[in-house]
Amino acid sequence: MSKLLRLNQLWLLTLSLFREILREPGVLFWGILFPILMTLGLGLAFSKKADVIRKVAVISDSLAPDKDSANLHYFLDKKCEQSLPVDKDDYNWKFEIRDEKLGNSVFLFYPMDWDKSMVLLKRGTINLILKESEGKTEYHFDPLNSDAELTYMKLSGIIGDGEVLPEGKASEIRPLTLSGTRYIDFLVPGLITMGVMMSSMWGISYGIIEKRSKKLLRRLVATPMKKSHFLMALITVRVTMNFIEALVLLLFALITFNMTIQGDISAMVLMFLAGNFAFAGIAVFVSSHTSNTEVGNGLINFVVMPMMVLSGIFFSYHNFPDWSIPVIQKFPLTMLTDGIRSIFNEGAGYQEVAIPILTLTATGALFFGIGLKIFKWH
Amino acid sequence: MLTEKVIEVKEVWKSFKTVQAVMGISLNISKGQFVAILGPNGAGKTTLVEMIEGIQKPDKGEITIMGKHWKGHQDELHRIIGLALQETRLIDKLRVTETLQLFASFFNIGKQRINEIIEIVGLEEKRKSYVVNLSGGQKQRLALGIALINSPAILLLDEPTTGLDPNARREIWEILQGLKNKSETSMILTTHYMEEAERLCDYVIIMDNGVILREGTTVQLLQEYRNLDDLFVSLTGRRIYE
Repeated sequence: MSKLLRLNQLWLLTLSLFREILREPGVLFWGILFPILMTLGLGLAFSKKADVIRKVAVISDSLAPDKDSANLHYFLDKKCEQSLPVDKDDYNWKFEIRDEKLGNSVFLFYPMDWDKSMVLLKRGTINLILKESEGKTEYHFDPLNSDAELTYMKLSGIIGDGEVLPEGKASEIRPLTLSGTRYIDFLVPGLITMGVMMSSMWGISYGIIEKRSKKLLRRLVATPMKKSHFLMALITVRVTMNFIEALVLLLFALITFNMTIQGDISAMVLMFLAGNFAFAGIAVFVSSHTSNTEVGNGLINFVVMPMMVLSGIFFSYHNFPDWSIPVIQKFPLTMLTDGIRSIFNEGAGYQEVAIPILTLTATGALFFGIGLKIFKWH
Repeated sequence: MLTEKVIEVKEVWKSFKTVQAVMGISLNISKGQFVAILGPNGAGKTTLVEMIEGIQKPDKGEITIMGKHWKGHQDELHRIIGLALQETRLIDKLRVTETLQLFASFFNIGKQRINEIIEIVGLEEKRKSYVVNLSGGQKQRLALGIALINSPAILLLDEPTTGLDPNARREIWEILQGLKNKSETSMILTTHYMEEAERLCDYVIIMDNGVILREGTTVQLLQEYRNLDDLFVSLTGRRIYE
């Protein structure tokens, strides 16, 4: 058959698979709108701090009757806003630390006896108990609970151990708002690369398994269709969709959060393509044999879940134990994310990302080759 | 006169792990002949058709299509075979014409044949409908249309009417009857339905447990027994759907 006719086959296969995707209304939402909404939500959540409310128990029978300036009673009566509780669950005192840089903290104080405070502590309603003892303020909390520790540090900075101190001005704090250092700058490259992985694995792998289970693959190979054309069409459609989804997300992030790409854009495109190729190869390998969609679900999750958790999409993988970091860095998603992130935020170019690009391309070729070798069409 | 052999199956054996699916089957199918392979589930019908179709290799024996083996002639043989399965789910969000256009492109066939097929399978009013919106019978007619798009010399139908209501089944029979009257296509039809075999096929092969129990022309078999159901009961002691 002439090359022109083969190209016509490939074109019609690609067009058919495009139509299959684009005519599904959910694709627009889950592929394009959902990542934008997630970026917007996480971006806003981490760029503007909401008021943090901290609930604190006060052991009422420990309060000294005289309102000496050196006791807790004095702080609550004179420094806090009083409230007349209507319900038994209402607070008695409220104290606010207003801070534009670190965000506002609101402390709500509830008078109660020791037994009740223990119950609320166990339920997680409160995480710190204040008690006065011989003119000193005692702070009772679990030192392993970092949130309780933060409440203690903030409150002890104001109440001290019995002496009410002036509120700190935090003038020495210099918030980092430079492009590339914010959480959103960390997050967006991760969301783009995670999108590539998820979209490739579910779009290609699940697509193949589903078509095999529906006997469509068997029907297709009973024609003179070139088998490689089917896979090429499937991968072309998926990479194109990934590109569109990533571009929309990128433009949204650039406009909404004033992000900038500090490195070489062409290197980023190449890195993106290498990542797509790697995951396309893995996807073909994963879906090469089974025709059971349940098994397919499990196999896909087996590949994507560890990388989604470990590869540093939402938080740095340097939080994991030291021994695990060299392993994590070899995951395709980690390589892709680190590469895209370094181009975005550190101004990296071809020199810095050449090895990840080559490694990802080789990974894709290896898995694609093995996958094709063991591929079952029926 | 039906003499030219299009399919030759000689002493073919096939097993899967511990199951012996086909045991030493031989058969010849001539040009223009419509052959029914009858048998219950597990009889080995589908395995036999899959070996003729080229997707399973026999463990022993030989299969030739138009005198050619599958090995080395795949592209050539795919061009002369049409296939319809019990339930092929096509791409849901493609229209009827787009689906036929896709399959036509594999054979380098133009729009005229697509229009002919739409007419043959009676989907004129549904040509712009998405596959997902077709009824079960319409989907199966489309699958048959795809099988016929290359005007095949050999048509393999693996239980094409199973699960369809009587009306939809009759529509498929009419299409096949029309094909029999107008073309020289040879057909192998596997089915559970005796009526289907009696009505459409001129030769019947009854299989069970991987072997042929009885074969002969439909006329000959129906002279010996009131119907094919009775023949099956006399051969196996049970009904085909039990």
